[in-house]
Order: sequence, then structure tokens, then C-alpha cells
Amino acid sequence: MKVAIIDYGAGNIKSLQFALERLGITGYLSSDPEQISNADKVIFPGQGAAKSAMAMLKVKGLDLLIPQLQQPVLGICLGMQLLCDYTEEGDVKALGIIPGKVRRFPNQVKVPQMGWNTISETQTTIFHDIKPNEFMYLVHSYFVPILPETIAVSTYHRPYSVALNKDNFYGVQFHPEKSSKAGQQLLQNFLNIGK
Amino acid sequence: MLTKRIIPCLDIKDGRTVKGINFINLRDAGDPVEMARQYADQNADELVFLDISATEQKRKTLADLVLKVAAAIDIPFTVGGGISSVTDVAILLKNGADKVSINSAAFKNPELINECAQQFGSQCIVIAIDAKVIKGQWKVHLVGGKIPTEVDLFDWAKEVAERGAGEILFTSMDHDGTKEGFANKALARLSEEVNIPIIASGGAGEISHFVDTFTHGKSDAALAASIFHFGEISIPELKQQLKQQHLAIRI
Repeated sequence: MKVAIIDYGAGNIKSLQFALERLGITGYLSSDPEQISNADKVIFPGQGAAKSAMAMLKVKGLDLLIPQLQQPVLGICLGMQLLCDYTEEGDVKALGIIPGKVRRFPNQVKVPQMGWNTISETQTTIFHDIKPNEFMYLVHSYFVPILPETIAVSTYHRPYSVALNKDNFYGVQFHPEKSSKAGQQLLQNFLNIGK
Repeated sequence: MLTKRIIPCLDIKDGRTVKGINFINLRDAGDPVEMARQYADQNADELVFLDISATEQKRKTLADLVLKVAAAIDIPFTVGGGISSVTDVAILLKNGADKVSINSAAFKNPELINECAQQFGSQCIVIAIDAKVIKGQWKVHLVGGKIPTEVDLFDWAKEVAERGAGEILFTSMDHDGTKEGFANKALARLSEEVNIPIIASGGAGEISHFVDTFTHGKSDAALAASIFHFGEISIPELKQQLKQQHLAIRI
């Protein structure tokens, strides 16, 4: 199986590649539209700031490519947030695949949320064999509110979307590559889509 | 619910762990990768690697180690010790570190915090602060606590948060090594005055100290080294007991 990891300068890709390797998959980093389009699965990682991330995507025309992809796509962390219309982080228009606005956590809680939180109300087979209220590792200052596309919920200050799905697009706010066995299971489930 | 984090800290010199350890089933007690794997299996929430070597080879050795650790474990880890430039940070993150911890270099050149936060995101920039009480005031110390400064701990903590740090690792030099508990009053004040997560370090000796720092100290995470390495406190037992005290803990 060919798994492309979209390369646009996002941080810590190595851990994701190692996590895939543990599942017997070599994920290849690519910013080449043709190579990405030809992959069986595409992972859209994300770390860092939304504004610079969108700017980097535009340099290679990836902002136009990603919404056109037909195979299963998994956005991780900022990669999930950028699937939405808009983010308050840097006042940035995002990819617009999932209607919704990304908001900043209010200062009643510490920002960023950093650490392990439980996920609940999990839906779709991407959570197959992951027990209810499993812990996942999160680090983020911005969140996606609950939407019709929400397929898992976590709570920090209030309930928010910790996973999204629309058509072939999936997004997880947590880092599966850093979330121990449960995170590994999620990656395996994503790789299993369509099998 | 977001859980309180338990973080073992491994001191590294020339690519090897330096403090003694008391694990069973370790083939090589000096191998940081094997220790990391063991801690991950015990449900440690994160790991910190602190490089204390001073050789010229240090940068490369540390980068190699980060790559090996990233290949071996699937929980987050932070790397610190002598990080002094954006390039240092870039190399370590590229090799798989989730966060870097910067101490003296950030104090000497606070703009480094802004630069790193802008380039890599606040989430991966931990600022480590060592401090002790001098004439009733918490004063920041540098270079592993050897050099005192006139700067107030709370002023510096606020500044690093404003400059874009994602987390503060606060070590009380007055408590470090005493095994009499964490500096909970100062920790609680940090949590009140600064709106980023605070890791408590220095003073852990028994399980009740962790309960105290999460409740009275309002700490988001607690770090310890020798008590874990020497097996004085086992992480699974610690976490069970914290959970029994109704703290939010990942088991």
C-alpha cells in the first residue's frame, strides 16, 4: 500500500513515519501533486501555526489539490483543523472541505491543552477496537466545535470535536503516532479503510 | 478529562543514562532507549531527556539518540540540555523529538523563544526555569543552577509565556534532592499568574508528594528522576494511588 505523507514543512513527521513502520508501512513524504494523487492513502500532518502552514501549502498548489483527493485522507492535529473553512489562528481561510470554524480555547483554561484526554461518542470504523473513553495525546490551542461531521468528542472547557469525517476525509485532533496502543490502532483502522 | 501527567526524567551523558536504575529485565541499564521503552510500557505519560554532556560531539550524539528514541516509543518526549539556537531546535524536532526544553539560552536571549514559537509552534517549546529562594524572593538561576540572577521567577515565567512558550518546567533548587515534596506554594502561584501548563520538578520522595503538587500546587504534570530510576516508586502503583485520590490520571 502506498501511503503519502504531505510534506509542507510541518514539524515532527519522523514520529508518524516510525508509527507507520511499526505497522509495516513505509510512509513517503511528498509535496508532488502527482505522487500524492497516486497514493492509496494520504496523511495530512500538522504542527505549528495555521498561517504559515496554509502559505506553505499554497506554494505547491496543495491547497487546491487536497480538497480534490478521492482516496482516504487523514488530517492530524493542525491537519484536521485545516480541513475546515476558517481558523481564528492568524485569521486564516483554510481548505473548506468541512464547513466549520476553528476557535481558540478561552483563557478560563490553560492554553495550550497539553496531555492525555479521553475521547467519547466515537463513530465510524476508524475507531474500531478502540474502547470507549480511551486516552489520546493532545496538544493544541485551537479547537473545532461540535459539527454534524463530528465523529468523536473530547472535553476541555467544553465538549469539542476530537475527530471529524466527511466522505473520504478524516481528521483527528489528537496525535495517533504519540497515543500509545490506541493511537496505533487508529492508524491501523485508517490503513484498513476500503480493504 | 485532561489528566495529570507523570514524567520520568533521564539524564544523558555521551548518549548514555547516568543515574543508576533499578529496573528488572533491562539488559543494559545505561541504554536510554531501553529505559524509555520500559517507561512507556509502564504508562508514563511523557519522558524528558536532559543531556548533561559537554563534549563537542554532543549535538550529533543527542540528535542520534532522539532518532532512536522516536523509533522505539509511541508516547511524547522532550529533549533538553544546552539547546541554544533555532538550528539546534530544528535538528531535534526533525529527528522526532516532540518538544524541546530551553533554559539558560532563553534567559540570555529571550528573543529565541519568540523565534522558536513562530517557526515551530508554541506547543513544542518548553522553557525550563531553575530557581531558589534568596532573601525571601524566588530568583532565577542559570547553567544548571550554578549562576544566580537578580530576576524574579514569576516575572520571568510571565515573560516566557508572553513570548510564546507552550509550557514551563519549574525546578525548585531548594526542594531538588530533598525528597520532602515539591515547591507547591510557588507552583500554585505560577499556575495562577501564567496561563500555560506547569511541570513541577524537584522534591519528589513519596506518593503523597504527587497528590499534593496536583492539588495544592495546581501542577499540570510532575517530573522526577531517581525515585523512578531506583524503583522507590513504581509508576503503575503511583498512578493507581493517584486515581484512588480522585485525580484525573491515565491508567
